[in-house]
Amino acid sequence: MKTKSIFNRENVMQWVFTLCACVSILAVALICIFLFANGLPTIGKIGPLKFLLGTTWKPGNDVYGILPMILGSIYVTAGAIVVGVPIGLLTAIYMSRFASDKVNKVLLPAVQLLAGIPSVVYGFFGMVVMVPAIQSVLKTDFVRKVLHINNGKGMSLFTASLLLGIMILPTIITVSKTSLDAVPQSYYEGSLALGATHERSVFCTVLPAAKSGVLSAIILGIGRAIGETMAVVMVAGNQTWMPQGLFQGLRTMTSNIVIEMGYAADLHREALIATGVVLFVFILLINLSFSIVKEREKNA
Amino acid sequence: MPDTTVMTANGREESLSDSGARMIPPARNYENRPAARIWAAVMRWLVRIAALLTVAVLVFLIGYILVMGIPNLKPSLFEWTYNSENVSLMPALINTVLMTAFSLVIATPLGIFAAVWLVEYAKRGNKLVKVVRLTTETLQGIPSIVFGLFGMLFFVTQLHWGFSLIAGAFTLAIMVLPVIMRTTEEALLAVPDSYREGSFGLGAGKLRTVFTIVLPSAMPGILSGVILAVGRIVGETAALIYTASTVAAVPESVFSSTRTLAVHMYLLSSEGLHVNETYGTAVVLLVLVLLINSLSSFIAGKLAKGK
Repeated sequence: MKTKSIFNRENVMQWVFTLCACVSILAVALICIFLFANGLPTIGKIGPLKFLLGTTWKPGNDVYGILPMILGSIYVTAGAIVVGVPIGLLTAIYMSRFASDKVNKVLLPAVQLLAGIPSVVYGFFGMVVMVPAIQSVLKTDFVRKVLHINNGKGMSLFTASLLLGIMILPTIITVSKTSLDAVPQSYYEGSLALGATHERSVFCTVLPAAKSGVLSAIILGIGRAIGETMAVVMVAGNQTWMPQGLFQGLRTMTSNIVIEMGYAADLHREALIATGVVLFVFILLINLSFSIVKEREKNA
Repeated sequence: MPDTTVMTANGREESLSDSGARMIPPARNYENRPAARIWAAVMRWLVRIAALLTVAVLVFLIGYILVMGIPNLKPSLFEWTYNSENVSLMPALINTVLMTAFSLVIATPLGIFAAVWLVEYAKRGNKLVKVVRLTTETLQGIPSIVFGLFGMLFFVTQLHWGFSLIAGAFTLAIMVLPVIMRTTEEALLAVPDSYREGSFGLGAGKLRTVFTIVLPSAMPGILSGVILAVGRIVGETAALIYTASTVAAVPESVFSSTRTLAVHMYLLSSEGLHVNETYGTAVVLLVLVLLINSLSSFIAGKLAKGK
């Protein structure tokens, strides 16, 4: 007979398992506490409005306004979505409903590889390939005289958006493909039976049915794009001015931290941590909307 | 695509209506209108072009790095110590292995045990489960730079570990924890209940069932998750710059600062002094990460087949 003590192996291990599960709670709690405890007093010291809506960032003069970086992050993310979502979604549709098994045997690993490439390598690629290429295109007479884009820079919002758009492709593709695959085959067959073509069935019955999955793919893409650091630092130019246009450089919140944290001290360092807090709040909001979408999907 | 042949059944529909079935309004296949056909063709090509673009980007990126980098893989790049002459990546490579090992030692048991609790022990509707899931999802969405900031504030400053291997390893462990938890959870859920019932039926306890039946059957999934985590660790930069910092030498203890390969790569390319060596380093980093990721899917596939 086994002993019925509380300390038998079964019970002890159950507690170990439970504690391990609580580590992620602990981690999130610690992250929140340490970021907010270090960041919020700084924001208070600088003045919340001055900090969040200030348009100049001059650590040398103790002027800390991060509106340029907030806008920078938002613009770059929006650009990445504009580039990444159409291509990613269409690729997912192709993989889920058009491609043969043979083609998918090539495409699936390709998407996995794309997801695996480190962001530094993406950034390096952007720096040595995309920036010079875009720079030389911007110098052509066509762009300057016909499109009236002057003084365009290779390191710009455009380049960063393009690169980030590529980087979020795997996220968009895998999440939307999963939800497209999950649409019951009967929807598609029903549509076919009504005389619709394969294309119409896919785009007008299967795709709408996978709506919420696509939405969560986009939200995850936004989260990835807004949090991306290394790649953006290497191609966005990083000027602290207010964003000047599609073909001008700008700085995101993430780049601000990485670039200046190395040599910052005192209030400057605290202001950078506060920048991280603002970024963290953005991420929490994105996470929140993600869980709302998922919750709705469950109830629907 | 055999599916598209459905619309060409138009001819038969007409012959049906001619043979006296007038009660039913004559079916007219709107999908045969030129506009509908063009729309379908456009859509068909759009998805193909998108998929082609995705693959083209991948091939071009990897191809470019390989073509530019492989000629730069000189022996001097792999000397044991780093200096500004040889720009050796060897110390960074060793540091990467160490960093990966330490992070995994911390994260793997935590992640697997947490997933075991979620799947095997937690009761339905348990409040704690909801909180754990919510926080895991939150962790998964946090960008690496925020982990880096947290690591700097907590491990480096608060715990006085300084810029060190161990501070970096703990930061990365938190970062990959959700990856391991999630994949393990999925793998555990995929184990059929009949396995568990069989084990219980033979008189095994819960713990024995978990360790001898459930976990081994879920091994491929768990393993591929862990290797996926390795891939993330090897490629990580932002979380390490301000936790493990940038000393390009093999650490003397866990409290020494280290520079992993990805950080090395970033510093080289932002210095911009050693372009050729940067290409070489990029090749090593890229090939390493891609090999690790392929290994992950390969093992998962192979073990799944062997079952």
